[in-house]
Amino acid sequence: MPEQPPETRGGNFKEVNLGLEAHAAQAEAQRCLTCASGACTHGCPVGVKVREFVDLVLAGEYLAAAKKIREDNVLPAITGRVCPQEDQCEGACVMGRKAAPLAIGYLERFVADWEREHGQVGLPTIPPPTGKKIAIVGSGPAALSCAGDLVQRGHAVTVFEALHEIGGVLIYGIPEFRLPKDIVREEVENLAKMGVKFETNVVVGKTVTLDALMQEEGYHAVFVATGAGLPQFMNIPGENLNGVYSANEFLTRVNLLRAYDAGFDQPVFDCRGKDVVVVGGGNVAMDAVRTALRLGAKNARLVYRRSEEEMPARKEEVHHAKDEGVQFMMLTNPTAFLGDEKGWLQKVRCVRMELGEADASGRRSPKPVPGSEFEVEAAMAIVAVGTTANPLVQQTTPDLRTRKGGYIEAEPETLRTSKRGVFAGGDIVTGAATVILAMGAGRKAAAGIDAYLQSGAW
Amino acid sequence: MFPIVQAQFLAPDVKRFVIEAPRIAKAYRAGQFVILRVYDKGERVPLTISEADAAAGTIAIIVQGVGKTTKLLNTLEAGQSILDVVGPLGRPSEIKSYGTVVVIGGGVGTAIAYPTAVAMKKAGNRVVTILGARTKGLLILEEQLRSTSDELFVMTDDGSYGEKGLVTRKLAELVDGGAAIGLVLAIGPIPMMRAVAEATRPRTIHTMVSLNPIMVDGTGMCGGCRVMAGGKSQFACVDGPEFDAHEVDFGLLMQRNAMYREREKQELAEFEAQQQHATMCAEIGGACKVENQQR
Ligand SMILES: Cc1cc2nc3c(=O)[nH]c(=O)nc-3n(C[C@H](O)[C@H](O)[C@H](O)COP(=O)(O)OP(=O)(O)OC[C@H]3O[C@@H](n4cnc5c(N)ncnc54)[C@H](O)[C@@H]3O)c2cc1C
Ligand SMILES: Cc1cc2nc3c(=O)[nH]c(=O)nc-3n(C[C@H](O)[C@H](O)[C@H](O)COP(=O)(O)OP(=O)(O)OC[C@H]3O[C@@H](n4cnc5c(N)ncnc54)[C@H](O)[C@@H]3O)c2cc1C
Ligand code: SF4
Ligand code: SF4
Ligand code: FES
Repeated sequence: MPEQPPETRGGNFKEVNLGLEAHAAQAEAQRCLTCASGACTHGCPVGVKVREFVDLVLAGEYLAAAKKIREDNVLPAITGRVCPQEDQCEGACVMGRKAAPLAIGYLERFVADWEREHGQVGLPTIPPPTGKKIAIVGSGPAALSCAGDLVQRGHAVTVFEALHEIGGVLIYGIPEFRLPKDIVREEVENLAKMGVKFETNVVVGKTVTLDALMQEEGYHAVFVATGAGLPQFMNIPGENLNGVYSANEFLTRVNLLRAYDAGFDQPVFDCRGKDVVVVGGGNVAMDAVRTALRLGAKNARLVYRRSEEEMPARKEEVHHAKDEGVQFMMLTNPTAFLGDEKGWLQKVRCVRMELGEADASGRRSPKPVPGSEFEVEAAMAIVAVGTTANPLVQQTTPDLRTRKGGYIEAEPETLRTSKRGVFAGGDIVTGAATVILAMGAGRKAAAGIDAYLQSGAW
Repeated sequence: MFPIVQAQFLAPDVKRFVIEAPRIAKAYRAGQFVILRVYDKGERVPLTISEADAAAGTIAIIVQGVGKTTKLLNTLEAGQSILDVVGPLGRPSEIKSYGTVVVIGGGVGTAIAYPTAVAMKKAGNRVVTILGARTKGLLILEEQLRSTSDELFVMTDDGSYGEKGLVTRKLAELVDGGAAIGLVLAIGPIPMMRAVAEATRPRTIHTMVSLNPIMVDGTGMCGGCRVMAGGKSQFACVDGPEFDAHEVDFGLLMQRNAMYREREKQELAEFEAQQQHATMCAEIGGACKVENQQR
């Protein structure tokens, strides 16, 4: 995949991957062995018919290929960019045993971009109204895919979002250089054209309760897709010093509120020429550290307590981060943030780690090496060590059963919760996961809701 | 879009707005706030809801112009609108019967204390109010608070109105006079709240303060608003904004609020220069090319 060269992209927020040209897509498609096993399709959480869409790419029928993907995946321009393909479709591809697996993600993206650029996204025809109203809480990938399926069945759908923009993590979390916001906005506009209503600035549980939506505003069913957006800190000394951020705050300021653009008012820590330390090893940490680099950090360091192999981030992001000059400090864990007398961060105290015995999950758990403490200069530190369930809906809906950590309980097939008429899915049920899994959950919920509205039985 | 139905100045740089926001008006309880964004490149700022009329579908806010966003907001008039208003956020004040409640408002903190004072009175408490301001002209809501208070004292730094001195002096007089106080609610500048906390601590009088850390989302999602209270980190937008004054680390709050001071100063200076230019341009009938920030 052609990329912006690392020297230039480190200074801008434009997309890193430039996309395949048609001839390159053709050449890649030719490599596919068109296996009967369908290993790739089984590797995809929503079962995209890879072999069939790749065949259509080979035939030059890009719009038909897009339509084929859309049978199972309603946001291909997004998943083609952000799926952890190496663990899913490409990880399962049989060619991967001997050579590079087929670049399914790149092809998916190529087809979806072709469709967008040729202005021919085929919007489905909407059947006559069923008279049923559904409220969707949250507007991330789970919510958007559920909304799309429900309007196509003739139901009236309103999406309620707490923030001022629609898209969930796709807007406030994943940065522009990985997922251009125009793509997300286009998907939202398509849904609006299909009749989905969007209400921003509504915090369900505060602005209106779930019960009020059902009892006073006449919604027949609700889908809760509020995500796992609460930041976890490490509870080590100095975490409240000026310059220490949660990844959520940092990324929200930069992505949702465009702090990187001088024309916008929202401030963010000025890290030009400074040392920045990011703690964590997932996609969130990778996005934060690459964002800090683009904001002008002199040294952008990633501190992770396990080794590179264990990092949950997408392989491509790790590779991009390294090319751009991010310094990886593996097997290292912070133990304290140290500040000056005015309360500004100056250093991060870290300890070296070693991997011990494999634990129940099969992962080798890291242990601190005694006496190995050292200090790293840092004017800014970003903590990206995980998130937990958004609690506001649960707090004001006592009959909605939750499990440990406050995640909502839902039946795996129908996504029904303990409360009649209420469904839940995405990160708020599974804990922080992936875009494609959230999208799959949204589609499952739509089927579950439709079945419930038709039968009336719970 | 949230239309402004009324807008008038209460004091220099302090303006009251009535805004159409039916969902918020209906759900509101005293002590809660909204977060708003004035225009599409604006930042998100928190402001306390000072009144709500569920039937009319409106809320009122009182804004002191201290930086770019609040000064820009204060240029808006009835008929214009605010791009985003979300709320009601935060935990409501704990309204119950305390006996005597002393409400202390300093500067624009008076606007934040006002709705809670009204609710306390409605709940059957004896409400004693102490208002503090630098000088007479900066005093707000005196009449409204007088009508909801059993007693009201005004303290000014320069003695231009009421008594000369700090609000803590009046509080000490009440306490030394042997008044049985069930709750002190103090809202104002951080040094004032800290002084009140120190004054009531030795006598273990239950004291609440409303904290104003920097916020972004207001829903618990960013952690930017974290404060230390009761020895642990708490998120003021969901765990507060009111906290037990005797448990708050005021020094940390002050330190964190200074985080963007340089940038804030610069934005304010640019905004004021632009406003001045626009005014002069209009006076001489010039062809003003400065981008109009209010859409
Ligand atoms: C920085 C970052 C990078 C990531 N990178 C990748 C990646 O490369 N690949 C990948 O597959 N996954 C990635 N993920 C994970 C992926 O984004 C999530 O798993 C996915 O977005 C979850 O979707 P969702 O629909 O469940 O919820 P979300 O996308 O979290 O959306 C939930 C929405 O609900 C709103 N909300 C919450 N509470 C309320 C309420 N009470 N009322 C109204 N609205 C509410 C929130 O504001 C939010 O907009 C990343 C996540 C982050 C944070
Ligand atoms: C829960 C809560 C309720 C509030 N209620 C009121 C009210 O009813 N009336 C009123 O006039 N003010 C109120 N404030 C304070 C108000 O939010 C700030 O004055 C405003 O955000 C300043 O923005 P600015 O751009 O005009 O000034 P800036 O130039 O950004 O800052 C000026 C000062 O405001 C502080 N500040 C900046 N951004 C924020 C932010 N996002 N959140 C909080 N403080 C900030 C800064 O530390 C600085 O001291 C409240 C604050 C909180 C947290
Ligand atoms: S949706 Fe994701 S996992 Fe499925 S085929 Fe597309 S890129 Fe692969
Ligand atoms: S497993 Fe790989 S080679 Fe086989 S059909 Fe799927 S993509 Fe093609
Ligand atoms: S303002 Fe973001 S958590 Fe409170």
